[in-house]
Amino acid sequence: MVKNFIIWAGILTVFMASGAFADAVSVEGKSDLNITAIVMFLLFVAGTLGITYWAAQKTKTAKDFYTAGGGITGFQNGLAIAGDYMSAASFLGISGLVYGSGFDGLIYSIGFLVGWPIILFLVAERLRNLGKYTFADVASYRLAQAPIRALAAFGSLATVILYLIAQMVGSGKLIQILFGLPYEAAVVLVGVLMILYVTFGGMLATTWVQIIKAVLLLSGATFMALMALNHFGFSPEEMFKQATDTHAKGIAIMEPGGLVSDPFSAISLGIALMFGTAGLPHILMRFFTVSDAKEARKSVFYATGFIGYFYILTFIIGFGAIVLLNKPEFMAPEGGLIGGGNMAAIHLAKAVGGDVFLGFISAVAFATILAVVSGLTLAGASAISHDLYASVLSKGVQNEAKEMRISKIATICLGVIAIVLGILFEKQNIAFMVGLAFAIAASANFPVLFMSMFWSKLTTRGAFLGGLVGLLTALTLVILGPTVWVAIIGFEEAIFPSKYPALISVSVAFFGIWFFSITDKSERARTDIAAFEAQDIRCQTGIGAEGAVSH
Amino acid sequence: MQQDVIDKVKNNPKYKELVSKRTSFAWILAVVMLAVYYTFILVIAFAPKTLGAPLSAGSVMTVGIPVGIAIILFAFVITGIYVFRANGEFDRLTKEIKEELK
Repeated sequence: MVKNFIIWAGILTVFMASGAFADAVSVEGKSDLNITAIVMFLLFVAGTLGITYWAAQKTKTAKDFYTAGGGITGFQNGLAIAGDYMSAASFLGISGLVYGSGFDGLIYSIGFLVGWPIILFLVAERLRNLGKYTFADVASYRLAQAPIRALAAFGSLATVILYLIAQMVGSGKLIQILFGLPYEAAVVLVGVLMILYVTFGGMLATTWVQIIKAVLLLSGATFMALMALNHFGFSPEEMFKQATDTHAKGIAIMEPGGLVSDPFSAISLGIALMFGTAGLPHILMRFFTVSDAKEARKSVFYATGFIGYFYILTFIIGFGAIVLLNKPEFMAPEGGLIGGGNMAAIHLAKAVGGDVFLGFISAVAFATILAVVSGLTLAGASAISHDLYASVLSKGVQNEAKEMRISKIATICLGVIAIVLGILFEKQNIAFMVGLAFAIAASANFPVLFMSMFWSKLTTRGAFLGGLVGLLTALTLVILGPTVWVAIIGFEEAIFPSKYPALISVSVAFFGIWFFSITDKSERARTDIAAFEAQDIRCQTGIGAEGAVSH
Repeated sequence: MQQDVIDKVKNNPKYKELVSKRTSFAWILAVVMLAVYYTFILVIAFAPKTLGAPLSAGSVMTVGIPVGIAIILFAFVITGIYVFRANGEFDRLTKEIKEELK
């Protein structure tokens, strides 16, 4: 195992040194290659591969692989959860949104944040007490294993793959701009590194990569926000005044704009963000890496703090960028920022910290992508090996060694799929993918998970059909909505007018679960309902819950 | 889980106390958080000018900015309140229930 890792890491180093970066020099010429960024990025890769080597020695059992042995502390897990949430898309996207529209960026941030307290109050502890490796363990706890796990695994994989494609395409483009690497080389590099982290280091390496990146990103963003505020003598009023004087939209950036225009979309977006977060498999999986319910709830407390702090920083960064980037060197000849509005944070790094800090932030952005795709891939691989293979295909017959092997093969397959789809979708409009991932998580994963923990009369048939109906409704409405029907297929007008179907699809899922459960008079339904009492006691007290292993 | 363990826990008054206290506390906090968030969203949808009003006469900063930041801080504080009570009172009850099983 460890020997394999050294061989692969060696191959990768040679690949990176000779292939990718040499290509970059010849393709992009001398001007665009950012040496500081590459050196810092190589340091990050060297450090994280070192961690993977250490983690590989500790990762022996399936429990180690899926949950880092359950030995992560609440504080560490809080940082890792925050890290999963602070993707490159949210760092660059939200600061770019503030740069372009001001106050509207804050509305988005708040929507992303408020799901966390709800997760803490209603699901975090129950999830920890019931689960083992994946959220399907919880959803199928007292129900028939095969159908519920198959549904949950499908929901997980759909979410993970959509999210992965969005991350891969975003990363390819970002790395192209930051490092001067060709798009394909960037996507392959991200894919290969992520396969290395996950197959050899499992959850332990994935968590530590995420923690390191979260610390780097939070420190970098703090420095940028402080430097921006320093420019205005630490007076927010002065910053807003100069920003409104500079910005094309003037004083309008200080109030809600066109982002959330009608009440339906506003409420629907809120539901998608809130329930979607509570249905993302790679985030739910993190609750099984801590030792007990107490650490699980501490994780959410720290995560909420870090995420909230991060969003306040991006708000300052966005407003600071409006003033500080108002110089010819950052502007494209055709108007707007060089590389588009999402590059606001990157350009601001150069404006406040020069080339060295720009290199640092570029390397952090790359590290962010790597950390997030690793977590996603691990969640997807677990759905295949733990849910589909171990519980559905081999009908619950335990063979841990084989399950681990399957999970590693699944990781490599997912990595290859991500690379191929990342390259195929380079020129495609992928804006709908993250929205669709959230819609599926909110409409299929979350309702089944939530009802399995809270509603004693839930039956296998209700969970399966209700979850399926929610999934299909979300899928259909996204396809018929403006993001696919108009922007991709090219029709004049969308059949479903809103970009945010969650309000309808989530309601349909809950209604379906309720309706197909109460009308279920089968033998299986009686077993499902009778098992609720024992499940609820474990849920509430943690009696019989999975413990941590000490190494 | 054995049936006798289930019956023992189920009939323990401390278990009933834990479940009823925690359930009501968690739901109250969840409803408060949702109320704050959806009030904010509905104001944006129906009366966006409320948030666009200047904070004080002549200031550029609008009411929306401190309100938005306050919601972020509120989300953090409310999780802190839950964790504080759960780590103390609820964990103590859970521990007692588990000990009484021995």
